[in-house]
Amino acid sequence: MEPIVKLNDIYKTYQMGDIDVPVLKGVSLTVAQGEMVALMGSSGSGKSTLMNILGCLDRPNSGSYWLDGEEVAQLSANQRALLRNRKLGFVFQNFNLLPRTSALDNVAMPLLYSAGHISDRNARQRATEMLGRVGLQERINYEPSRLSGGQQQRVAIARALVNRPSLLLADEPTGNLDSRTSQEVLEMIRQLNQKEGITIIMVTHDPAVARHAGRIIHIHDGVIVDGAFSGVAEPHEAPAKSGISPEKEKEAK
Amino acid sequence: MKGYRIIQTAIKALRRNPMRAMLTTLGIVIGVGAVIAMMEIGAGSSGAIRKAISSMGANVLNIRPGAASSGGVTFGAGSGISLTPDDCEAILRECPAVRNASPLVHTRAQVVYGNRNWVPTFIDGVSPAFLDVQNWTIEEGESITNRDVLNSNKVCILGKTLVRELFQGESPLGKEIRIKNVSFRVVGVLKTKGANMMGMDQDDIIIAPWTTIKYRVTGAALENTNQSSSSSSSSSTVNTLSNLYPGGQPSLYPERSEIQAADNPMPVRFASIDHILAAARSTADIPAAIRQITAVLRERHHIRPGQPDDFSIRDMTEMTNTLSSTTTMMTNLLLCVAMISLVVGGVGIMNIMLVSVTERTREIGLRMAVGARSRDILRQFLVEAVVLCLVGGALGILLGHGGSYLVRLFLHWPVETSVTAIIAAVAVSAGVGIVFGFYPAWKASLMDPIEALRYE
Repeated sequence: MEPIVKLNDIYKTYQMGDIDVPVLKGVSLTVAQGEMVALMGSSGSGKSTLMNILGCLDRPNSGSYWLDGEEVAQLSANQRALLRNRKLGFVFQNFNLLPRTSALDNVAMPLLYSAGHISDRNARQRATEMLGRVGLQERINYEPSRLSGGQQQRVAIARALVNRPSLLLADEPTGNLDSRTSQEVLEMIRQLNQKEGITIIMVTHDPAVARHAGRIIHIHDGVIVDGAFSGVAEPHEAPAKSGISPEKEKEAK
Repeated sequence: MKGYRIIQTAIKALRRNPMRAMLTTLGIVIGVGAVIAMMEIGAGSSGAIRKAISSMGANVLNIRPGAASSGGVTFGAGSGISLTPDDCEAILRECPAVRNASPLVHTRAQVVYGNRNWVPTFIDGVSPAFLDVQNWTIEEGESITNRDVLNSNKVCILGKTLVRELFQGESPLGKEIRIKNVSFRVVGVLKTKGANMMGMDQDDIIIAPWTTIKYRVTGAALENTNQSSSSSSSSSTVNTLSNLYPGGQPSLYPERSEIQAADNPMPVRFASIDHILAAARSTADIPAAIRQITAVLRERHHIRPGQPDDFSIRDMTEMTNTLSSTTTMMTNLLLCVAMISLVVGGVGIMNIMLVSVTERTREIGLRMAVGARSRDILRQFLVEAVVLCLVGGALGILLGHGGSYLVRLFLHWPVETSVTAIIAAVAVSAGVGIVFGFYPAWKASLMDPIEALRYE
């Protein structure tokens, strides 16, 4: 089966004044349909940059990126915006909900930018359904300030899923939550993955969080250390399943 | 994104911070309110001026003789004695654009009734057409007639001021008053007209047949004519009285012997009149009327082509235009001030929108991440600014309208509701929104989603 995400030899260099700072140095990885992958790495390792490229927020300098069978590495800003709308869902560390806006409106917000015009009633219906799926059907008219952190993150997840994306990108989804609500949210993400078959890539530096994933990709200094390829085709599958070595754990901290 | 969705989103975004939105739009509210109030009050004053002028006799043309001059000394406008009552007849007969015309003879004299006296502003010797030309109506009694004019009958019509000054509540009808020792019977009283636009009391008037004023009150002394014309005309005994006015010379002046004439040279009775007042059929006919009158008078006065007119025609529209252009200028001036306050309001909007864009950087990043293109962001912030301005404009219209209503209620100034002003206000406030909302919106649309999402 064709992988949903396939990165091939991605290079990304930032210019800081006159100096070129290479951030990604030939990253290749694949993620198969229905997988849940954790992306781990220390700060400065390039995981945020990789996440931005995966999320089509940024363009690599070279290399190719197939998302759901489409080459997307060199699309224009507008084309990428459309692609993000159709195929990608984002969950952020700090939730990024619109303040003083009901949970329902927050969840329906991405539908505003959808190309196929969805009627108001349809949009509300879909947003309500999504909130039901994350267990917040009672709170659709609550504003974020009246929701707990865990609930806010669940609203954010509902928002990420409202456009039925092929890939859900979660950037430290539990970074701002206490351990109990973290567990709740992670459980929810895992359920989405297992029961509904949503492909998930999750950035984290917490090995305990990463353990929920089916596979862990370690990135260090702009190159992938292990876990880049999924399934039987790749030889590096075993260590990903077995957990994290103490050395890697230190790096993550 | 569909149009109404954008507006909906903008309204939702604005409602997140209603106090700020209200304060932001206050500048526009005040600006538009000022514009509306100015335009309504300005339109009201011009309307009032137009009405006042038409009460002085709409479409009236004032024909005056030209300046007399003798040996290089001129005597000023109206000092010539070129107009005759026959000119007036000719104008009435030959100018189709003229509805009515009346000769006019002025004098100033003391009026006596019983033990009271008064010097009215106007003693007008006229023909009955005068009442029609000047829009006078008789309140009591009757008008003077053409027969009165032909016979130089000693009858008169009084204005309200004179009735008050001389009769003090008594009915003046049928009473005798004296002007320079000539006694006149009061046959009618005019309806009140009030002050004219120069501030003169129009009711301070006596109207009598022009022949009576000319020959019985002022005629013998020729007070009105100036030195040069009297000296130039004294040599010839010209009399242009046509047989239209047969009651003229013989009855008024008894034959004198030659010795008497030599001892006491008799001033010439020259049937000149001070003005001719002509009314055009309508305001649109005024230029035609002026053309026709000019042609008739030039022919009658034997003026060759190329020579200047010996008369001048003035119409009220000139004065109307002057006065209403003055008020228009004042209104425009105030409008400029109001416009400046609109611009200031616009700058306020730009300021707050810039703050709002910075404050909502993360929201912009989020919207971009979920698929908003830069032009969606541009449109959203632009529409927010325009909605702010339009709401401000609507409130401003209410405020301005309410303000001008209060002005009418308490200050009794004339006010006219102006649809143009409302349309202009809406257009201007939308324009201000677009102009001053563009820069912040453009700034927002240029944001990099990655940077924006990371913004703290």
